[in-house]
Amino acid sequence: MQLISCPWCGPREEVEFSYGGQAAVAYPEHPAALTDEQWARFVFFRDNPKGPFAERWVHAAGCRRWFTAVRDTRTHRFVSPSEVTS
Amino acid sequence: MSRVPGFGRIDRSRTVTITVDGVPYTGHPGDTVASVLLAHDVHPRTTSVKYGRPRGITGAWTEDPTGLIQVEEPFPEPMLLATTVEATDGLVVRGVNGQGRLAEVADTARYDRRHHHCDVLVVGAGPAGLVAARAAARRGESVVLVDDRADPGGTLTGTETIDGEPSPAFVADVVAELADQPEVTHLQRTTAFGHYDDGFVLALERRGDSVDGYGLRTRQRVHRIRASRVVVAAGAIERPVVIEDGDRPGVVLASAARDLLHRHGVLVGREVVVFTTNDSAYAAALDLHEAGAGVRVLDARDEAPRGWARACAERGVAVTPAATVRGTRGEERITAAVTGDGTEIPCDLLLLSGGWTPAAHLVSHVGGALTYDETLGAFVFGEPVAGVEVIGAANGTLALADVLREAGGAGAPHAPAEDDGAPPRVLWRTEGDPARQFVDVARDATVADIARAVGAGLTHPEHVKRYTTIGTAHDQGRTSGMLAIGILAELTGRPVAAMRPTTFRPPFVPVAFAALAGRERGDLFDPVRTTPLHAWHVAAGAEFEDVGQWKRARHYPRAGEDMTAAVLRECAAVRTSVGIMDASTLGTIDVRGPDAPVLLDRLYTNMMSSLKVGRVRYGVMCGNDGMVRDDGTVLRLAENRYLVTTTTGNAAAVLDSMEEWLQTEWTDLRVRLTSVTDHWSIAAVAGPRSRDVIGAVFGDLDVSNDAFGFMTWQDTVLDGTPVRVARISFSGELAFEVSVASGYASAVWARLLAAGQAYGITPYGTETMHVLRAEKGYPIIGQDTDGTVSPHDLGMSWAVSAKKDDFVGKRSYTRPENRNPLRKQLVSLLPTDAATKLPEGSQIVGFCADGRLPAPPVPMLGHVTSSYHSAELARPFALALVKGGRDRVGEVVHVPVEGELVPALIGSSVLVDPEGARRDG
Repeated sequence: MQLISCPWCGPREEVEFSYGGQAAVAYPEHPAALTDEQWARFVFFRDNPKGPFAERWVHAAGCRRWFTAVRDTRTHRFVSPSEVTS
Repeated sequence: MSRVPGFGRIDRSRTVTITVDGVPYTGHPGDTVASVLLAHDVHPRTTSVKYGRPRGITGAWTEDPTGLIQVEEPFPEPMLLATTVEATDGLVVRGVNGQGRLAEVADTARYDRRHHHCDVLVVGAGPAGLVAARAAARRGESVVLVDDRADPGGTLTGTETIDGEPSPAFVADVVAELADQPEVTHLQRTTAFGHYDDGFVLALERRGDSVDGYGLRTRQRVHRIRASRVVVAAGAIERPVVIEDGDRPGVVLASAARDLLHRHGVLVGREVVVFTTNDSAYAAALDLHEAGAGVRVLDARDEAPRGWARACAERGVAVTPAATVRGTRGEERITAAVTGDGTEIPCDLLLLSGGWTPAAHLVSHVGGALTYDETLGAFVFGEPVAGVEVIGAANGTLALADVLREAGGAGAPHAPAEDDGAPPRVLWRTEGDPARQFVDVARDATVADIARAVGAGLTHPEHVKRYTTIGTAHDQGRTSGMLAIGILAELTGRPVAAMRPTTFRPPFVPVAFAALAGRERGDLFDPVRTTPLHAWHVAAGAEFEDVGQWKRARHYPRAGEDMTAAVLRECAAVRTSVGIMDASTLGTIDVRGPDAPVLLDRLYTNMMSSLKVGRVRYGVMCGNDGMVRDDGTVLRLAENRYLVTTTTGNAAAVLDSMEEWLQTEWTDLRVRLTSVTDHWSIAAVAGPRSRDVIGAVFGDLDVSNDAFGFMTWQDTVLDGTPVRVARISFSGELAFEVSVASGYASAVWARLLAAGQAYGITPYGTETMHVLRAEKGYPIIGQDTDGTVSPHDLGMSWAVSAKKDDFVGKRSYTRPENRNPLRKQLVSLLPTDAATKLPEGSQIVGFCADGRLPAPPVPMLGHVTSSYHSAELARPFALALVKGGRDRVGEVVHVPVEGELVPALIGSSVLVDPEGARRDG
């Protein structure tokens, strides 16, 4: 069981966290202006890189705050310190 | 008796009696089942799984591949090793051959767990681990030291000298020093069985009947240890040399015989042949000789090590270099060793030593790479793993002087170096018949089996392991794994260094499920949430159902009633007079802040900003995909404050989702969310006479329809306690929801019951609630929907705002698929026989004129989502999702039920009071 560094609480056990998928996928400013395909890409499509990946995590069983962290998907190691979502 | 005076660390002043296969034996504290039997000259004997060959024990601890027993008393436990079960008074065991027996009664013993956070965890309290733990403690670090045997000291036999004193004194000194440190936890009988990320190690402590400082008697305890640094000092495992008929009882590892002698004072044989490829077996030869055995050493190397040869010569132990053992003679037990030149040497014990394999398991668990050490003939740790250190024999360092230096650094204790040692010879097997050369005696797998695997084209150790089953028994190939790789290399003509050893995975030793479950059994398996009215429900004879972690009253059967009868009675009471239900489990979220209306407008499909203070609106929440996630009512308490209710099972998920939007997307919104589910207790009072009941209890309220309209709420006071009453109906009847702070729930409930007595007020449960709402076509999210259902599919286009620019899910409704007229839609189904209750989940197919299903594949139209008996309709009915369902109203379809086709009429989802006339009473 990994330790994940919550920016508010410090290192805590993995089971206290929930995964929120790829970070920085912003809700479109004008959904109505998008084609069906563009909208579907926003709703359903996410990157799946082999290597560093910026992800959203939430300290669900702790402070309940969301944050962004970069994790290497090959090793599961968090390669950058966590930072708070803007 | 084979007990030797002057040897062993058993407590001879006390005796214990154990029963093995029905026969009582006496032993001493410090004994194992195996040592008790061997002390009585009883050689534990099992039969091999495949060929039925006799098997004895070959090891003295967890490395033994054969001596499996079944414990019967104090509690049945299968598949334990005779060498690892401590002899305690009253223990009853029997031998098993490959298959154990699980207990048929509940285990009432306590199992629990303890958490540790430390600077350094040291695994193994042999010389390396003790010295490393002491060094860390002296640096002021917090230390956890675990060791799987009963006593510390590891392979130290008591004959060594460390820092000028006998090793037992040295061990006692270190243990005493550690015991004085408040930041050191030292646990014996504790096996580190799994090593995971970031210094997380699980260890199993066998506590027997001992009572801890809290007065708790726990049979086994799992220690969850999180360490900044893990020091693996787990030692090494001796392996034999593969010889013909080397599985015969009386063929034992040299280190095991020595261990049995020094720990338990047991001499395993009187006429001993030692066959070795390395120096370590000489110590066993000399010790057994001193204990009274006749000993001969055959050394596979061209020259015997000079120092050991001298010591043997002085004591009269014959040493023959450049000699091998090819096989054995005997029936139930060895009678002779057959040498490479065919000579038979009579003996009752053959000790084998083919070298030492570092216990690599705990490093392998965390992905540590292993590299082949040509000198050792074993894999050792290669690339370093962050936060993990390996020392001593586990690191391939075998000589005591070197081990101490490696573990203790500059201040390390000193042991005299061994004189004139010689490097080992790497020898996997001797000449002989491959079909009789057992590699894994637990699996009856031979060199011939490996050859067959190679013949089948398998060359990787992982493949050969699965083909031959070598290394898959309870011992996980502790002694056989390295041999199998070496022999595979030989058979394929490749260097061993080119092989990748099989991966070790947790657990290192078998661990009982009871230990892993700990105290999370029975009532403590999962938290149980009950409402403040729970005791009343129990007293009223309620049957309960689990909704998430909640216990909810499902119905209240009277004497002689089954669920169907009780629910019909409760339904009728609500439809004709008045009923009362505990709705306290509804998720309730307080939404506050100047931007609360903006947030709710974005989250709900309908408009919440236009809701007036004092009013209530039903709302639907969707995901970006436009599919329904949850529904509930929204009360506007003030300009900047709403109270949102969610379905019982979804409360946490809805709050989480709202938080996610607020924290990650709409960070500019000034809104705070608070879960108040447990704060409020809610009583739903429903039925035509509910107004009379509410009016009687809350005298300050004008409950007339004009003053207290549908979907409005009012605050009032009852005996000084604030109460909120809302006209919300989940049954279609005139209904009120009464909310009060949970501490007052019982009192308010009692007042409502008393006021309702005149009308025969009937408590009803969730099953009745489900029937009543289904009669009105109100969906239950998660029962009538499955994540692919939009509000339009539910016939709730009216709840989807056309005015709002955007809300979560809106954009998806303009996708062609969401406008497909053949999407599944919520409708009702009335079985035309007015008698069959369609099973929920039943498939729906088109009407089959000949009364038979066509040949598969049969086109499916949809499925039944809810199905009940209706008191109001006096027949069974169902809700269903049916392709293009609303256009099929009036059509008869077929529902296959247990091989029969049941015709059913599709209707509107609202079956009772479609005009909505009843809601105002």
